[in-house]
Amino acid sequence: MKFRPFMLPAVFALGAGLMLSAGCATVANVGATIGETAGVITPQQGQSIRKVGEAAEKTFADITPEQEYYIGRAVGATIVTKYKVYDNPRATEYINLLGQTLAQASARPETFGGWHVLILDTDEINAFATPGGFIFISRGMLRLCRNEDDLAAVLAHEVGHVELQHALRAIKGSRLTSALTVLAVESAKNLAGDTLAQVTEAFEGSILDITGTIMNSGYARKQERQADEVAIRIMRQVGYDPRGLVRMLEEMGRQLKPGGMDFAKTHPPPADRVKELNEMLAGVPPVSIPSARTKRFQKALAGI
Amino acid sequence: MKRMLCLAVLAFGLWAMPHADARETSMSVQIRTAQLRADPSFLGRVAGTLEYGARVTIAEERGEWRRVTGPNGAQGWIHQSALTTKKIAMQAGAEDVSTAASGQELALAGKGFSSEVEADFKKKNADVDFTWIDRMEKIKVTPAEMLAFLKEGQVVPEGSK
Repeated sequence: MKFRPFMLPAVFALGAGLMLSAGCATVANVGATIGETAGVITPQQGQSIRKVGEAAEKTFADITPEQEYYIGRAVGATIVTKYKVYDNPRATEYINLLGQTLAQASARPETFGGWHVLILDTDEINAFATPGGFIFISRGMLRLCRNEDDLAAVLAHEVGHVELQHALRAIKGSRLTSALTVLAVESAKNLAGDTLAQVTEAFEGSILDITGTIMNSGYARKQERQADEVAIRIMRQVGYDPRGLVRMLEEMGRQLKPGGMDFAKTHPPPADRVKELNEMLAGVPPVSIPSARTKRFQKALAGI
Repeated sequence: MKRMLCLAVLAFGLWAMPHADARETSMSVQIRTAQLRADPSFLGRVAGTLEYGARVTIAEERGEWRRVTGPNGAQGWIHQSALTTKKIAMQAGAEDVSTAASGQELALAGKGFSSEVEADFKKKNADVDFTWIDRMEKIKVTPAEMLAFLKEGQVVPEGSK
């Protein structure tokens, strides 16, 4: 089809008008695609319309649970490539019974691929959660827990980060805009080579953004507080002692080495969080921990 | 000019489509497999499952739970985190792609960050090992096992005393 110049302004006007009225960047992409398909504009011109449209960026909220799951898998794979997994079936089964039960009480019990927990074979005191519900806890952290309720506190805090999608928020918007707007122009069942490369590049970048945050720079202090709030809500709902979180933070305050390469590096000082937690827990009745519960905890994690 | 008119109608159609509404009576399953439960509770017995993309009709809302009827007539309670107001195209055709562009009404399964992109990522990052991720995904705890676990540990959920 031949390019007819007189139609060009109309197509631009259409795209721009739609952008303004719908406030949605991708509509411009559609306008551009329609224009190209109909042959009234060239692909290059379509591209420029898209560039205009990209001004309004995609955010983590545009990520579907399926895509969140694939991000979580790749971040998880990066973690278990850096750390060895502690391959102990009894301990792993126990920690999944506890972790998956706690996750059922979160605001997002249903994630695309479900909730799962692994133990990392390291003395570091650490725990990570990746998008979609993959949770990792170190042997060093498990050794600090004195009972099941303490452990529940750590797991519930990680569930909180997943529920609140903190890791997804660490992804730079430009990567998402690049990857997700490809959908607007791609109709083939499989992505064409260069398009696939573009999306994979955005995917790799997203994984780096997240691993950089959870393994190096840490979440914002406000996000840690939010995850603590979720942890308390979940523990109270399921029936665990929410003060397990205070005990764990106090223990970490005693055990963490300042300037250490683990939890100390990525989290606010435990003492600060304890103060805030005690405010949150004011008026919450004490919860007693039956000895049978602590016994099974000790049995499952014997030798940790 | 006739073609121009067609374009305008088509584009306007995209813009004018209704936006997602919280009281939507029809929703889609947005996770791989969703649990249909006998009661609106995370400890409720699982009465069946619904697959990714299944359309359900909402009969009742109770807190975070929805009583739904699935495509094959299956009924039960499903948690809202498993549902979206969007339609999900399992195998997207060209028309779906145009509609999905607005991101409001339609999501495309297997598009964007997908198994295809993961496969490409693995090719380019051969050192990143997914073995344990595949293994951990196989560890699944059933609601019955959760109930037994809570009972054994004398953990009493709120509201069940």
